[in-house]
Amino acid sequence: MLGPEIERLIQLLSRLPGLGPRSARRAALQLLKRKEALMLPLADALATAAATVRTCSVCGSFDTQDPCGVCADERRDPTILCVVEEVADVWALERASAFKGRYHVLGGTLSALDGVGPEDLNIPSLVRRASDPAVTEVILAMDATVDGQTTAHYITDRLAGANVAISRLAHGVPVGGELDYLDDGTLTTALKARRPV
Amino acid sequence: MDWTDDGIVLGARPYGEGSIIVSLLTRERGRHAGLVRGGGSGKSRGTYQPGNFVRASWRARLSEHLGNYSCELLTAQAAGHMDDPLKLSALSAACAVADGALPEREPHPAVYEGLLALIELLEGEFWPAAYVKWEIGLLADLGFGLDLTRCAATGMNDQLAYVSPRTGRAVSLSAGEPYREKLLKLPGFLIGSGGFGQADILDGMEMTGHFLDRHVFGLQNQPLPAARARFLDRLKQSATISGGGTIP
Repeated sequence: MLGPEIERLIQLLSRLPGLGPRSARRAALQLLKRKEALMLPLADALATAAATVRTCSVCGSFDTQDPCGVCADERRDPTILCVVEEVADVWALERASAFKGRYHVLGGTLSALDGVGPEDLNIPSLVRRASDPAVTEVILAMDATVDGQTTAHYITDRLAGANVAISRLAHGVPVGGELDYLDDGTLTTALKARRPV
Repeated sequence: MDWTDDGIVLGARPYGEGSIIVSLLTRERGRHAGLVRGGGSGKSRGTYQPGNFVRASWRARLSEHLGNYSCELLTAQAAGHMDDPLKLSALSAACAVADGALPEREPHPAVYEGLLALIELLEGEFWPAAYVKWEIGLLADLGFGLDLTRCAATGMNDQLAYVSPRTGRAVSLSAGEPYREKLLKLPGFLIGSGGFGQADILDGMEMTGHFLDRHVFGLQNQPLPAARARFLDRLKQSATISGGGTIP
């Protein structure tokens, strides 16, 4: 029989992605065993993050400052905006270090099934940002799904009045991918998006 | 109990962390939902895109349970239209309409075959007319068929130009003229005459939209799917629909 404090800890941990009740139990046990080395620093980090992290009013990403580090960084190219669905996509692109412009987080995609409409997404602020004469290109980095591409087409329409070039990420064979193992959809889009060499 | 059937993916919504609940339109069992464990992962997400044609195996302890699906992708239709906003919106609209309109676990083989044909026709030129006809077929299969064979007022079958928004019956040009503001326009391609230019398609969409709203979605206190509204907006913007030609 566990005390209510430990039960509550396990219950909260089990709500985290990747953790079920059993793995939450193991994580809680580790935290309790390594109280000084792990639990207290983690509690401190959680409290600090909860108190300081906020949503960037410019791009919609997370940071401790507003505007966020990317939006405030003058070394980043202000002429290119990369539109992504979620903050996780910003982190993925930053991990790749392949993009030196600025981001715009939509907060989801248009979804017929889930009833997500344009008014639920961070689109008006994107239109405002793209209308800035300093911005010359908008990259639509949406998922290669029906919802993702529907959103991309919708944004393309909305940005028709802004004087910017609009591009999107390529769809096709992933680096290291073997044709034999690719699904039909990826092969179809790869063939459609072929380019001269 | 378990079964295997071919189906068209109508949509998928997340369930828990990595699973999804998929709605399929199957050949023999109609619209049927099921849980796909791990279906939200990057690896299998592509399989469950609306419009894709799959072979589905469903298994549950009791027939009334949600059950688990395992699906094999047969044709990735969605991927082929990612770059075409009009076709992609048509595909999304058809899937959303079928998902919202069809009752669950009730076979509708005609709607299934029609949707399959429509998705295949998206490769060609005459698909907007096929879309309107598919919605008319859907209404008919749900018991709200339109009578476009003869005039409701005169009984004649020539110069049919309108449809009564109340009865769904055709009205001839002369009989309908005094009430034309209240009647829906009947596009010629639905009665075997005339072309199917942008205006004809929009008339057809307005007509089917009215009856879908009145008889199907309105009864569920639901608006027409947003995906259909977006498709209609795109159709209005599009100048690529050619007029003339024969009905597919």
